[in-house]
Amino acid sequence: MKRPPKDVIESVRTVSRRALVMGGVQLGVIGALGWRLQSMQVEQADQFRLLAEENRINIRLLPPARGLIFDRNGIAIADNEQNYRVVMVREDAGDVGEVLAKLTEIVDIDPDDLSRAMEEMQRRSPFVPVTIADRLSWEDVAEINLNTPALPGIQAEVGLSRVYPWGADLAHVVGYVGPVSDFDLSRIDDPDPLLQIPKFQIGKTGAENKLEQTLRGSAGTRRIEVNAAGRIMRELDRQEGDPGKDIQLTLDSRLQSYVQARMDGESAGAVVIDLENGDLRAIASAPAFDPNLFVRGISVPDWTALNEDKYRPLAAKAVQGTYPPGSTFKMVTLMAAMEEGFVTADETVYCPGFTDVFNIRFHCWKRGGHGNINLHESLKQSCDCYYYEIAQRVGIDKMAEMARKLGLGVRHDLPLSAVAEGLAPDKEWKARVRGEDWRIGDTVNASIGQGYVLSSPLQLAVMSARIATGRVVTPRLIRLVDGVEQPSGLGESLGINENTLRRVRASMEDVCNHRRGTAYGSRIVDEAHKMAGKTGTSQVRRITPEERAAGVTKNEDLPWERRDHALFVGYAPYDNPRYAVSVVVEHGGGGSRAAAPIARDILLQAQYGGPPPLEAYPAGVRDKIAEQQRRIAARVPPGAKGRSRA
Amino acid sequence: MSYLEYNTKYVPTGLRKLLHLNWPIILLLCAVACAGFLMLYSVAGGSMTPWVEPQMQRFAFGLVLMLIVAMVPIWFWRNMAFVAYGGSLLLLLGVEFFGEVRMGAQRWIDLGFMRLQPSELTKITMVMFLAAYYDWLPNKKTSHPFWVVLPVLFILTPTMLVLNQPDLGTALLLLLGGATVMFLAGVHWAYFATVVGAGVAGIMAVFQSRGTTWQLLKDYQYRRIDTFLDPANDPLGAGYHITQAKIALGSGGWTGRGFMQGTQSRLNFLPEKHTDFIFTTLAEEFGFVGAFTLLVLYLLIVIFCIISALGNRDRFASLLTLGIAMTFFLFFAVNMAMVTGLAPVVGVPLPLVSYGGSAMLVLLVAFGLVQSAHIHRPR
Repeated sequence: MKRPPKDVIESVRTVSRRALVMGGVQLGVIGALGWRLQSMQVEQADQFRLLAEENRINIRLLPPARGLIFDRNGIAIADNEQNYRVVMVREDAGDVGEVLAKLTEIVDIDPDDLSRAMEEMQRRSPFVPVTIADRLSWEDVAEINLNTPALPGIQAEVGLSRVYPWGADLAHVVGYVGPVSDFDLSRIDDPDPLLQIPKFQIGKTGAENKLEQTLRGSAGTRRIEVNAAGRIMRELDRQEGDPGKDIQLTLDSRLQSYVQARMDGESAGAVVIDLENGDLRAIASAPAFDPNLFVRGISVPDWTALNEDKYRPLAAKAVQGTYPPGSTFKMVTLMAAMEEGFVTADETVYCPGFTDVFNIRFHCWKRGGHGNINLHESLKQSCDCYYYEIAQRVGIDKMAEMARKLGLGVRHDLPLSAVAEGLAPDKEWKARVRGEDWRIGDTVNASIGQGYVLSSPLQLAVMSARIATGRVVTPRLIRLVDGVEQPSGLGESLGINENTLRRVRASMEDVCNHRRGTAYGSRIVDEAHKMAGKTGTSQVRRITPEERAAGVTKNEDLPWERRDHALFVGYAPYDNPRYAVSVVVEHGGGGSRAAAPIARDILLQAQYGGPPPLEAYPAGVRDKIAEQQRRIAARVPPGAKGRSRA
Repeated sequence: MSYLEYNTKYVPTGLRKLLHLNWPIILLLCAVACAGFLMLYSVAGGSMTPWVEPQMQRFAFGLVLMLIVAMVPIWFWRNMAFVAYGGSLLLLLGVEFFGEVRMGAQRWIDLGFMRLQPSELTKITMVMFLAAYYDWLPNKKTSHPFWVVLPVLFILTPTMLVLNQPDLGTALLLLLGGATVMFLAGVHWAYFATVVGAGVAGIMAVFQSRGTTWQLLKDYQYRRIDTFLDPANDPLGAGYHITQAKIALGSGGWTGRGFMQGTQSRLNFLPEKHTDFIFTTLAEEFGFVGAFTLLVLYLLIVIFCIISALGNRDRFASLLTLGIAMTFFLFFAVNMAMVTGLAPVVGVPLPLVSYGGSAMLVLLVAFGLVQSAHIHRPR
């Protein structure tokens, strides 16, 4: 059958027409594709290039070396120690089990660590190094390196870890570092990417914590090329970070170590201030703890033991403990009254052993009373009735003002955890906090440092320093940051009448050096190093009239928790003061018996820059002191193994 | 029974046929295939193995096959159209029951010397059969409802079989390829308008019903559609591949990052970089210039096919040529739309460039048919 040509022509025409339509549509689609390519590859190229680089390039942080902390003599008190660990790369190891078996023959590895490492290796890509064991000794590492051919996939790596050569002696001041916890991250607002590194160590307490920003340094970066599976292909470049800045403290680690040793067995705090510049030479709190335990991660039994000890080793008592200052507060009362003109040197007050104030009887520590007593003797013999009387004249607000002027009841800005503010109470305070009116009995109590008054050993030492110098001494803990000297703590005059200061100092001198002074037993006989001071005994219990009638129970017969706190503040040499000291022995009994001898030993140690000769002590105690010096010398100073700065 | 058979005396014979081949198309095919070899060499990390060598062998074999097909007179192929179509359907059925399951789909049939994807073959045989059908059908019956339903069934039968494998990409290509031949043959506009309208209405109904009381699909089916349409919803699963592909493509810039310098492909961020996503490697390494050049090469092949068809008065030959041109066009257009993020990922290779045997051989045989139509055109 032959198709008519007309049909053919019509068919060709239709096909041609529609083919052109098809071609048009195709051109449109290709135009769209071309436009799409152009917009992605030309217009958005930079954006996509960035994404490709992000894909390809991983930035790894290089943790900086943490700054070191030195004492005033350049002896390291917080150091970085090389720390060896063994890592394994599964794909290089071949038979993982066999290699690990060989490794355990060479070094001791905790089976728990081993199984954790095995598990981690199964979970992660075969090329990721997994830590098998941490904190190996140099000998172990040498042994492993020697056996490298038999241990495929095993590498020894070196890192830095924090170490505190002085152990417990500086624990409360230096604090310790530990790995960043989720709690830390939620608490601190710090965008530093270093904190995201697993197990990155930051300061947790003490100076390590407060000086974190200075000590940490900044992260270096390492740009590496990775493939889609995360395998590192090559390192593109590396930028070293800035290591943390070194810090030199004002502390004298040898003196600090001595003070810790001297207070061994007590629950106590002591502070030594250099009067030339306010430098804190020692801030000791006993008992203490070993900060190195925390760096490694403290075990549960150790932690429980520290927490349950009734002597509270974790508390930095020297700066964060607050105690009623007891008779050491009498200088405040006295100076306030003298400055306001309520008392003169010649006036005497009769002390029958008690004072009645609105039907409430306040007792003097001496039951029989001191009789007629003047200003000089009142402080020397620590007569309470004298202060009951003059406090009522001057009033609490002037006393509180004087207390703050001398550094009590104000927070001293030190880079330490929880520096206590203490309390110098006044009428406004009681109305605000207690919602009660101030009563005259409160003033009477405060006059001898009882009642609401609270102060820390640091504040007491500052008070002592300010009385000794008559100037605003601000305690200083940091001497140098990255080689730059920090401002001195010795400020201008307190603005207290020189006559007032002279009389108070003279009285404090007699406290220690006059036969009837309360600290005469703890005097220093070496003329050039004699000390002045004031004892204090603060009650932590209330003595009821019934108890008093029955005869006051002796401290020694009470349970430890209810015994009096023993305090002493002082300075030496008395005629040209160089060091101020405060000592608080928790529940130590009387200040003259428990605190003053410690203060004496500390001041002698500080003045001699080491163990003093026995001739500095009164003849009667030399045997006892010699024995004590032997005992302390036998104690190996932990810092001996630390290094010092050239 | 066409016009052609009465004018055979003007058709070249013997080796003289070689002179009448459509040489521009052959050269363009070779150029595209070479681009493919280059990219396969690059994604193998600068190696002839494992992809370039087999691909070259297959291309050479395909070229020979193309020439053989080209030498055979086009009327023979027209007479064989029904056999070819029937054979393809049988193979598709065979895959359904005896096929190998690989990568989650049942597509391959093992012929001993090679694994064949009958769905690839069907793309060509169906176009052939439809062209033969319209060659046989008198012009005036073209738009008659009965004669319209019949080819629709010819298209839907293999489409359904392929969809069942499941292979959405090939099903789409079959549907569009078949519809194009019907359109070219002159089926009335109204039919297409109706189908398109109904399709749009249906899709809109499905989406409009979402969240209403007369919801047409289950919730999980909607979620699947969401992911399909916008893989960014699933950045670690389906979205990961397309995101990485777009990054590779975009980061190429004007002139690319240089041969074998593409970080996305070299560091294995790209998925399927030697098959469906090979275009992204090319775009990354040779930039807009390279990608657009390849697009132009493809366009030129289509244009030369259309020119050849327009100059051919034989109804079967021109419909076949245009149908094959459209199938080829759909191949690369869908692939490129897919990797540039314009279309969902449906699994269509880039013709002659992606690594793979069936598609390349079938395409070269199809171009053999185009050549045969060109040589044996009525003069």
